[in-house]
Amino acid sequence: MTQNRIPIVEKILGANDRLAAENRACFDKANVFALNFMASPGAGKTSLIEATVRALSGKLHIAVIDGDIATSLDADRAAAAGATSAVQINTGGECHLDAVMLAQALPQINLNLIDLLIVENVGNLICPASFALGTHKSVLIASIPEGDDKPYKYPGTYRGVDALVINKIDLLPYVSFRMDYFRQGVEVLNPGVITFPLSCRTEEGLETWLAWVEQLVL
Amino acid sequence: MHELAVTENILAIALKHAKGQRITDVHLVIGQLASIVDDSVEFYWDTISQGTSAEGAVLHFRRIPTEFQCRDCEHRYAPSHDNYTCPSCASLRVMVVAGEEFYVEAIDVIT
Repeated sequence: MTQNRIPIVEKILGANDRLAAENRACFDKANVFALNFMASPGAGKTSLIEATVRALSGKLHIAVIDGDIATSLDADRAAAAGATSAVQINTGGECHLDAVMLAQALPQINLNLIDLLIVENVGNLICPASFALGTHKSVLIASIPEGDDKPYKYPGTYRGVDALVINKIDLLPYVSFRMDYFRQGVEVLNPGVITFPLSCRTEEGLETWLAWVEQLVL
Repeated sequence: MHELAVTENILAIALKHAKGQRITDVHLVIGQLASIVDDSVEFYWDTISQGTSAEGAVLHFRRIPTEFQCRDCEHRYAPSHDNYTCPSCASLRVMVVAGEEFYVEAIDVIT
């Protein structure tokens, strides 16, 4: 008997990546553009979904899949805003969505009728970033009251996203938030990431975000 | 974070490649930005590898520290937690070049 080394070099989360690729193939086959919204609790994921659905549901059929550990509050809000389909995943305590959970929820939507799918991840600034879902783009919603040090404290999340929304800019006069310090942290981790400073409440900056989403879908 | 799920994935990858042979060692490469607690993985490994051909296998963690490189002077360095500036030329045009690794590198088996 001898001891041999077998080289592997296989990513530890490779299984989830493979399932995410299957989800992506599903979306592409049905011509659906899919977004993954991630953020801390309360940063404004649902508010941004409501604003996006209200503005674009006249032109696009939008489905929303919501992940939470409890309630259907967010899916209800998406439906009320005009989403064609709003599905709630209750994760049973899991602190993030993964490709399996998304795959299990997809049959509840007729993807052939949908143009845009927004997946609202569980409110959590750490775990969702590690679990690909198969969406075309991931969006991180930061918010002014969270503070300007979040890119430094959560580098993995800030690094991995395709777009960054800075919500609640209407609160800038009321909290200490050094925009330069925040942007520097982001730039190192995610050079040139497209950034949307806006306020869901006052609608400042919303037009630019909506235009970006619309041109991605069409 | 999620060390149990991570450990289950490590076991699955190791068993798949071992093809029934007894595994003595599992070599992991984990970057600092991957946020994994070695002790927790060891703890779960001891439990879930029992009764498999990986039982008793030793886990080896090759840790890769986070490293940045300055785009202006090409200096490579370990960044401080709250200040990413290049210590050599004070540039802010820096990028991540190491620390995101997260894979099973190899296993040792008895044949």
